[in-house]
Amino acid sequence: MMNHLKPQEVKMLEVQFVGDDDVLNHILDKEEGAKFRKDRAQLLVNVKKLMKKQESDLNEDDQEDLKDENYVDILGADTQESLKNGRVAGGSSKVYSFQTRKNPEKMAELAYELAKTPGKSTSLISKENAEKMASTSQSSKKQSTSDKDQLKSDEKNEFLSTPYRLRKRLTVSTLPSDTESEYSDSNSEDDNGVKREEEEKISEVLMDQKRIAKHRSVSSSSCKKVSAKKMKKDTTTDLVEEYFEAHSSSKVLTSDRTLQKLKRTKLDQQTLHNLLSKSSPSFSAELKQLNEQHEQLFHKWMLQLHLGFNIVLYGLGSKKELLEKFRASMLQDSVHVVINGFFPGITVKSILNSITEEVLDHMGTFQSVLDQLDWIINKFKDDSSLELFLLIHNLDSQMLRGDKSQQILGQLSSLPKIYLIASIDHINAPLMWDHSKQSLYNWLWYETTTYRPYTEETSYENSLLVQQCGTLALSSLTHVFRSLTPNARGIFRLLIKYQLENEDNPSYIGLSFQDFYQQCREAFLVNSDLTLRAQLIEFRDHKLLRTKKGTDGVEYLLIPIDTGTLTDFLEKEDKEA
Amino acid sequence: MATSSVSKGCFVFKPDFKRKKVSFPLADYFNEGASLSEDSKLRFDTCQLLWQQMKSEAEELQEELNKNLFDNLIEFLGKSHLEFRKKSTNWNYQIKSREIPAAAIVLGVNVTDHDLIFKGLTEMLKDTVTPYVVSLQAKECPDVKHLLQKLASQLMGCCVDIESTEEENVQSSQRKMHYSMAFLSTWYRSITKKIDSESVNKKITSSSQWKESPPIVIILKDIESFSTKVLQDFIIISSQYLHELPIVLVFGIATSPIIIHRLLPQAVSSLCIELLQSLSCKEHLAKLLDKLLLTTRFPFKLNEKALQILTNIFLYHDFSVQNFIKGLQLAILEHFYSQPLSILCCDLPEAKRRIYSLSEDQCESIRRLPSFMRYVEKQTPEKQVASLTNERFLKEETLRFLEELHIYHENFFLVLRCFHAFMSSLPKYPLGRQIRELYCACLEKNIWESQEYEPVLQLLRMLAKDELIAILQKCVEVFKSCPGKQLGSTAEKLQEFLAQFQSLEESNEEENGSGSQQKGFQKTDLYHLQKSLLEMKELRSSNKKQTKFEVRRDRVVDLVDNLVRKYLSPPDTQTLYEVVYFTGAHMLREHLNAAPRIALHTALNNPYHYLKNQALKSEDDSIPNVAPDICIAYKLHLECSRLINLVDWSEAFATVVTAAEEMDPNSTASEEIKEIIHARFIRAVSELELLGFIKPTKQKTDHVARLTWGGC
Repeated sequence: MMNHLKPQEVKMLEVQFVGDDDVLNHILDKEEGAKFRKDRAQLLVNVKKLMKKQESDLNEDDQEDLKDENYVDILGADTQESLKNGRVAGGSSKVYSFQTRKNPEKMAELAYELAKTPGKSTSLISKENAEKMASTSQSSKKQSTSDKDQLKSDEKNEFLSTPYRLRKRLTVSTLPSDTESEYSDSNSEDDNGVKREEEEKISEVLMDQKRIAKHRSVSSSSCKKVSAKKMKKDTTTDLVEEYFEAHSSSKVLTSDRTLQKLKRTKLDQQTLHNLLSKSSPSFSAELKQLNEQHEQLFHKWMLQLHLGFNIVLYGLGSKKELLEKFRASMLQDSVHVVINGFFPGITVKSILNSITEEVLDHMGTFQSVLDQLDWIINKFKDDSSLELFLLIHNLDSQMLRGDKSQQILGQLSSLPKIYLIASIDHINAPLMWDHSKQSLYNWLWYETTTYRPYTEETSYENSLLVQQCGTLALSSLTHVFRSLTPNARGIFRLLIKYQLENEDNPSYIGLSFQDFYQQCREAFLVNSDLTLRAQLIEFRDHKLLRTKKGTDGVEYLLIPIDTGTLTDFLEKEDKEA
Repeated sequence: MATSSVSKGCFVFKPDFKRKKVSFPLADYFNEGASLSEDSKLRFDTCQLLWQQMKSEAEELQEELNKNLFDNLIEFLGKSHLEFRKKSTNWNYQIKSREIPAAAIVLGVNVTDHDLIFKGLTEMLKDTVTPYVVSLQAKECPDVKHLLQKLASQLMGCCVDIESTEEENVQSSQRKMHYSMAFLSTWYRSITKKIDSESVNKKITSSSQWKESPPIVIILKDIESFSTKVLQDFIIISSQYLHELPIVLVFGIATSPIIIHRLLPQAVSSLCIELLQSLSCKEHLAKLLDKLLLTTRFPFKLNEKALQILTNIFLYHDFSVQNFIKGLQLAILEHFYSQPLSILCCDLPEAKRRIYSLSEDQCESIRRLPSFMRYVEKQTPEKQVASLTNERFLKEETLRFLEELHIYHENFFLVLRCFHAFMSSLPKYPLGRQIRELYCACLEKNIWESQEYEPVLQLLRMLAKDELIAILQKCVEVFKSCPGKQLGSTAEKLQEFLAQFQSLEESNEEENGSGSQQKGFQKTDLYHLQKSLLEMKELRSSNKKQTKFEVRRDRVVDLVDNLVRKYLSPPDTQTLYEVVYFTGAHMLREHLNAAPRIALHTALNNPYHYLKNQALKSEDDSIPNVAPDICIAYKLHLECSRLINLVDWSEAFATVVTAAEEMDPNSTASEEIKEIIHARFIRAVSELELLGFIKPTKQKTDHVARLTWGGC
């Protein structure tokens, strides 16, 4: 059906808009005009196909599992086709293909529509579908321009009521049917007054439409069709407009489904790991080859590190193993420090501490981090035999990306005898460094795309779908608890209970010391506030307690462990008791 | 792994003490640990030697350029606090002494180079003017207290250095003291007294004018980043103490001098500002290129693309000469690392010696050089055989080529400079204003075949006499400055022309005088005027063979044209140019100006680019469903706008993946597989989160927010 629709469409369009084509030839090259027509036809086919698909989907129940395997094929086909469109229209570069947006958008919509649950978005979408179908039928069946005008104005009314994004989609669907709107699209694009004049001469009737079209093209620029010539110029503005498009509408249309309905429980880290180990990684031969390529660079890295450069690795995939291999093969005979930037507790202070205490065997304390840095710098200046390799995994991690941390690390790395090799992963990581920091680091960039999973890097992360089971906290809590005196246990238990009682209170900042003392006294656990304080110090040393001064100057006590773990703990203790 | 732990982020590894002694020579890393150790060592040494020479040359240049600035500054210091030194008590001085002398040095936006200048400045001041030089940075001084503390500790540090009698503990006790200007002024009084009494054994050999009361120079390196309040307070406070402390401020300015007024709207009245300008970084670069690349002193050269990349990084990214030098260092390193024949990239006598000790492999690699092959093809069969089989013959040939290359360079740079002298006088600079642009154009292709060349010659034929004379003088100077005798005849010719033009001057004026007098001042109407103008035009075209000047001018232009065609051919026409020209431009771009985001995007969007598996190949930007999980998740997420529903995403992901594995999604046995797929999805999502594409949001349950927009 589609196959024979296509030629029909083309033919019809040509017949219908002879005058327009003439104008097209006036203004654009014939070639381009032809391209436009071809595009139009293609796009139309896309829309048709989509429509058909959607219709069939609508007929199906909103089933959760997507039974029809063709879905994927269609996904693929759809993108490909849309990309072809994009290519013809834009002649884009491979990396930044901004204009492929409109049809993939539909792909996602399609995904949503396929996996739809009853909700408020459903009505919107179905309404839109109806509209879309209407407009498609317009394009295929319309006979006269006046007829079209009528429909157009109808649409215009609808625009006022439909949300922005839907409007945009409607534009897409009507585009193929309508030379005029498309035409003025490109017109408003370069603001060529001459063109507009000429066009205005064509017909008074079309004026109306044009205005609509123009308005639309201004508001929804991403679905416009731009001639290949202009594409380059427009990519930047496109990007900007895409930003506003993504952020302008306060309403975001996504389905309301939640994970709870999915009946899939949150996995904890361990089960996740177990599950993942069952799936075998694909393309292992290629991955190996890729890694071997990187490993050949090791000698070069050593050379360049010694010549005063520092090395930063970027690219998709965990670089931990690669660096580990580098460490094992090249650094066995030299002093080196490995720093896991992704470790949640890492600070610059701890890095400097491990350098001063473990590498330089210094047993003193420092007033501030800057003092410590100065000391290290002086030490390295004085003793020219000292050499130190720093390997930092994820230099761009949460904990290290701060300006001060980067400044200090940069100053460290600028020492001629400290060799830094680091990896970054975040897309905006280079923004951490201004010119002065960059010159401190003196980077040489190496792309090491490994495609290795970021297993360890993400294991600390409070991931969205992974349940923080807190097994670690629980076990350490139990250990500490067992070593306490009975009185101390009672004190701690009191605090836990109080905290659990106030679980739902969002403004709970902790138990004030006085109240706590009172409670402990009543339970015959302490006899003076001094003994209580002595106990609290013990808790604090084990990081089981945090004290905070409230606004009224009173000390508040808080256990920095989440309530789930605390409940578990209490249950367990009660069971054992 | 030894480096993963749930309780620790830093791991220190120390080798056994015995093994620590064994240190690898750096050169071992040079040739990837391969067997050609002798060769690679030599190459590495050559590389290091060359780099050291170039580096010291660059440093010398920097010093030279700074000298002017420093001299001005010292002069300014000399003028300031004259009264203070005379211990004058007159009334006028008392009033005036509220003004702090301040030197504002405009350094330009290349902030990273400033440190070097300030370092030089501090050293120079310490050597010649005063031991009390303090340099402060904005980030050390969030408030006045810290500023004073830093100031005092650095000042005390200075004097401790000099006397070296005070113990460490004195310093540490001072650290805890509360500093104030009053404290500083008592300190200064005591210190100057001390110096007065024992000025004999003072270390500094300063001129007598500084001896009695050396000024305290406070350098504020980056005035733009200081907060207004801190500066304002500090200036007001110190202006109160000016009769006790001879303070001089030095501001480093990256933007424009107006910033002082903007930062210090009130306190500026208590400053007595002298503006000093450093050399602009572009001129610095031009000088640097002149010294390092446009010379035969250093054998190493960059090809057009590499030079273009380095200058582009300079012009469009940082304006930092230091970074340019770093790029050059990398280029040298890469050249010696990757080109085995770079062993011959040294000065000529040394190269001669090395040629005769070339090994067979090296000879073979000479034969394989494209430029050498090109040469061989043009030879007679006997010679071809000889150069391909006879090692001795090859070595002689190589030597000859290297000598030729050297001569080529000598001529090239001479002619280039002359040509640039001509070019820089033309309107609109069709071939570029800077010599580096001209150089790039010449490196790229035959410059006389470029589009701009013809118009340039035409423009040259229209030069006025005085301009031409000036240019010729410049050219003659260029030739004189070069000791080489290669273009001796050309130099003579140029001089001859110059003399001719100068002798023409008088006679020409007479001609002109007689020519213009015929035209009287008659009143004409427009028609007549036009007519007469037309006549004049015809007249002029008919007796084209006009003045002697024009004839000679044409001859000069012809000479230039000939020179250009003869000597400015691009280097890749020379045999064995590969030995000295660095061609890995892409290496420089990759390592200096990398685009991590594009790499990520490519890896996610087009895995085939990295994993050469046919299954991953796709014609368009679309992605096959067997691609790595993260790529699929990424592709799906691109379709969403600001928020993404995790459930939908997970299901879309599951469908794609199940399709890829060609499983029957209906089968009940696949529950475990479903779990695995879900786990894979979780992993992909958390990886995307790590990469910064999404973040958790609380706007809606089970949604994540996209952090990028559009299709990237």
